[in-house]
Amino acid sequence: MQTKSILLLIGGALGLFVLGLLVPEWLSYLMIIAMGKGIVVLGVVLLMRAGLVSFGQGLYYCIGAYVAGTLTQFAGISDVLLILLASIAASVLVAALVGLLLCRYRGIFFAMFSMAFSMILYGLLVRSSVLGSTDGFNVLRPSLLGWVPSDDASSDLVLAVAVVMVMILGSLMWLYFRSLSGYAGEAVRENEIRVEYLGTSVFRIIYTKYLIAAALAGIGGTVTALVSGHVDPEMAYWTTSGEFVFIALMGGTSHVAAPMVGAGLFELLRTYAFAIAPYTWQMILGSTLLLIIIFLPSGLWSLVSRFSRQARG
Amino acid sequence: MSALLETRNLERSFGAVTAAVDINVSINAGEVVGVIGSNGAGKTTFINMVTGYLKPSAGEILVDGRSIVGLQPRAVVRAGVGRSFQVAQLFPELSVLDNVLVALGLSVDRKLTLLRPLHSQKRRRKALEILAEYEIAGHADEVVATLPQGVRKLLDIAMAMLSSPRLMLLDEPTSGVAIEDKFALMETVMNRVRKSNAATLFVEHDMDVVQRYADRVLAFYDGRILADGTTAKVLSDPKVQELVVGHHLDIEVDSADAYESTVVPMEVRNA
Repeated sequence: MQTKSILLLIGGALGLFVLGLLVPEWLSYLMIIAMGKGIVVLGVVLLMRAGLVSFGQGLYYCIGAYVAGTLTQFAGISDVLLILLASIAASVLVAALVGLLLCRYRGIFFAMFSMAFSMILYGLLVRSSVLGSTDGFNVLRPSLLGWVPSDDASSDLVLAVAVVMVMILGSLMWLYFRSLSGYAGEAVRENEIRVEYLGTSVFRIIYTKYLIAAALAGIGGTVTALVSGHVDPEMAYWTTSGEFVFIALMGGTSHVAAPMVGAGLFELLRTYAFAIAPYTWQMILGSTLLLIIIFLPSGLWSLVSRFSRQARG
Repeated sequence: MSALLETRNLERSFGAVTAAVDINVSINAGEVVGVIGSNGAGKTTFINMVTGYLKPSAGEILVDGRSIVGLQPRAVVRAGVGRSFQVAQLFPELSVLDNVLVALGLSVDRKLTLLRPLHSQKRRRKALEILAEYEIAGHADEVVATLPQGVRKLLDIAMAMLSSPRLMLLDEPTSGVAIEDKFALMETVMNRVRKSNAATLFVEHDMDVVQRYADRVLAFYDGRILADGTTAKVLSDPKVQELVVGHHLDIEVDSADAYESTVVPMEVRNA
């Protein structure tokens, strides 16, 4: 990566962090939630670029969140780095097993099977009284390398973690999309037969992407759990997974920033829609998505691409 | 010397329909073999079996004496067998250059690098060289979906040749290509094939193309091999002309032809 890009990245991260400190608390909360979901959607986009729509990323989002919850609540581990590592490990481990079956399917079957697995987790959690059943349980304040922040500083720590994660993962995914592995996903979407006849396993390509998407969802779930201070089975419910697909369609799949923009707008839209029309807010969301699909089929990021092309002449 | 490709009693059925039966073929290194036959004669079924796309119902396929029956297409490619398709199998939404770059990465580098950019200077140069060899470098930045059929066919073959196969199977390389472009396309392809020293099997309906490029011809009829021999002998055979070619061909047969017999004894049904 060029020095200019690295400086831009660090500047962007600092800007985002400072913005999070300056805006009202509710908006800062919304920013972190959006960043958490944006990370999950990054994984959804990764799969979409390979031609797969997952309606089951809630599975790993929930696993990431519950790992954060159980470690802080039951194991006495609050270090945010350890929690993140454990979330990634747990998500990837489950994905490694589930993916063996799932990555053999395409289209509607992949979408429905992925949803089925997340609903299995939902069912297990609802039945689990130890983990709070339908109510879930609270997540304790995180720490960092022995530093235990105060109540006020705790949300700043989570904000910093979210910003750093977004920047690091966004950069890695940006590089990934430009690599052979990134293009291999598009190749699989376009023509699996040719990929096989180039001597490469399509299954391996998809499986790798599925594991990466699971790790991203686990991280996103952890960030969300740490900022909200609570986890519950709804995180694995199919509507949560549908939300991620909704955001991916809103933002678009052409750039790593698109999921973040999509997630930010989605959270703002939902908040205001709920405030304006508490009983019909879903209609506002649905109408917005409809308009985006009709007028911007490649998502909101296509506007940015269009303007930047025009600026370049 | 053992054959590069050998098939023994190869058979493939789809339910009650037998698409190929009793296919016994032996191909040596460097041979250029034309495969002829009317639609449904079993040509593509034969190619699909050899390249792992279809599993034979019975029989054996040996490459360098090693059985490849049951192997996935990618394993067959690694065993040294490449193929192009009747309908070019490409990545239609990517540019021609990106198609070759991806193909280079997947078939030559074979390392799914996670973070190294696909578009490095070195790789781009190599990809453009390959496109130039197939005379399609002028289309490098065009999206595949917008290309004419002939360019797609050449790109399909160029991508299949990247793995340096020792046996290349071309399924109707000139189908859908304008008559005036057929020979130019075949010339480009055969030049590349000769340079690579790969044995080549090409399915073709145009007998002029077969006569010009094939050293040997396999004539398929009704799922069986009706004749196997030098091009002149097979194409001059009255039975082949009647059942496969469909019209008379004036061909001079050299008495020093390497194959003693062309028509494989068989009962021709409905003849």
